[in-house]
Amino acid sequence: MHKGKGMKFVGDSRIATERKPNVPKDYSEYPGRTEAFWPNFLLKEWLVGAVFLVGFLCLTLAHPSPLEGMADPTNASYIPLPDWYFLFLYELLKYEFASQNYILMGILVLPGIAFGALLLAPFLDNGPGRRPHQRPISVGMMLLALASVIWLTYESAANVDWESRAEANKPIPPGEEAEIDTEHAGYAVYENSCLSCHGDNLQGGGAGPSLIGIDKSAEEIATIAKEGIGSMPPDQFTGTDEELEQLVDFIVSVNEQSEE
Amino acid sequence: MLQKIYDWIDERADITPIWRDIADHEVPEHVNPAHHFSAFVYCFGGLTFFVVVIQILSGMFLTMYYVPDIENAWKSVYYLQTEVAHGQIVRGMHHWGASVVIVMLLLHTLRVFFQGAYKKPRELNWIVGVLIFFIMLGLGFTGYLLPWDNKAFFATQVGLEIAQQVPFIGEELKTLLAGDPNIVGAQTLTRFFAIHVFFLPGALFALLAIHFILIRRQGISGPL
Repeated sequence: MHKGKGMKFVGDSRIATERKPNVPKDYSEYPGRTEAFWPNFLLKEWLVGAVFLVGFLCLTLAHPSPLEGMADPTNASYIPLPDWYFLFLYELLKYEFASQNYILMGILVLPGIAFGALLLAPFLDNGPGRRPHQRPISVGMMLLALASVIWLTYESAANVDWESRAEANKPIPPGEEAEIDTEHAGYAVYENSCLSCHGDNLQGGGAGPSLIGIDKSAEEIATIAKEGIGSMPPDQFTGTDEELEQLVDFIVSVNEQSEE
Repeated sequence: MLQKIYDWIDERADITPIWRDIADHEVPEHVNPAHHFSAFVYCFGGLTFFVVVIQILSGMFLTMYYVPDIENAWKSVYYLQTEVAHGQIVRGMHHWGASVVIVMLLLHTLRVFFQGAYKKPRELNWIVGVLIFFIMLGLGFTGYLLPWDNKAFFATQVGLEIAQQVPFIGEELKTLLAGDPNIVGAQTLTRFFAIHVFFLPGALFALLAIHFILIRRQGISGPL
């Protein structure tokens, strides 16, 4: 680059008046079959990106992102679960050597060693060889760590019934909570038999799902009240047939209102 | 016409050297999937960045509707999900992108690790990359709370309880994140929102810039 005396600039700027020709360097000395990044290779990258985007949008369309009911800090029966990529750390805390008195092992020492080693990998594995068989220790450690993470994630996720979790925590559309007619004859029956699990506004709770927006006929509701369904035990309702009729009528009327 | 506009700007701002730094380079044979199919593993880093761009754009659109306040946060997300045109898709992209970015980041990290591409002179770039990984996990943790639904609330409560058990600084760490030593509430939501939308993306952009500048300086690692 030309420096010092004799330099001319555009106006009072630091940009040189003398133009450098805008031609790319000659790549003929590069080894192998190289390809210019612009525009040849970038086009291929765009194609890969486009295919990836189509796949990603298919995933997005096929599975709408989940949303549970609004946070209720008083819900004592909710079993917390982190996002899937934190499950392995969460599962680690269930082992005896990483919980209770040894909790620091689980939250600091073990993850600290693993992530610290990952961060400092170039200095721990500082030999000249790049091929995996030339550095068996670091590759072995990585495979071991990878296997433990996959195993812990599997252990944690396999015990969760994802579908019933989503079912039990379905969101209640806002504005539908207030439409409960507490004067209704069936509400008294509801209060006795169902309220403790399904909530005072039919909004659901820790033990039972919301009863608003259910797609069930009156007979089906009557059967479920007597015989239970899923994790709901039978004989939750133990009254006369007249009371049962009032109860079903009440639940159906609330649902009909919410659909309007 | 375009050439004239380019020349006009170039004469005043001298942008040709910048353009050379960004785009004017050769792609070696061993990373080109056109010559070696297995070279697709070199796409993982670029695709990670692609998902990050998706996250930034979809996140920007989400903030047009999202309200970081415990009364309205869930309602605004519900409204976005059910009422806003294409809101479900935009939120879906942000939700699934958060998972896909972790997957791609992991694949990219494993590619670099098993090829030993982090060895001298690329140690610094590996460290920057692992820091980006940590930032991403932080973004995942803070973003999980924002819809303010049950799973968000209780997962964050557990996360904060874990932070609390760190010796010496545990209480302070929890208060810093939650805004209160005991309550997970309005303060927590606004803090997580600020961390998720301003602090961590700021750090992420700085680290990404270093990551890319180092790649252009050092070039891609050679064939094994």
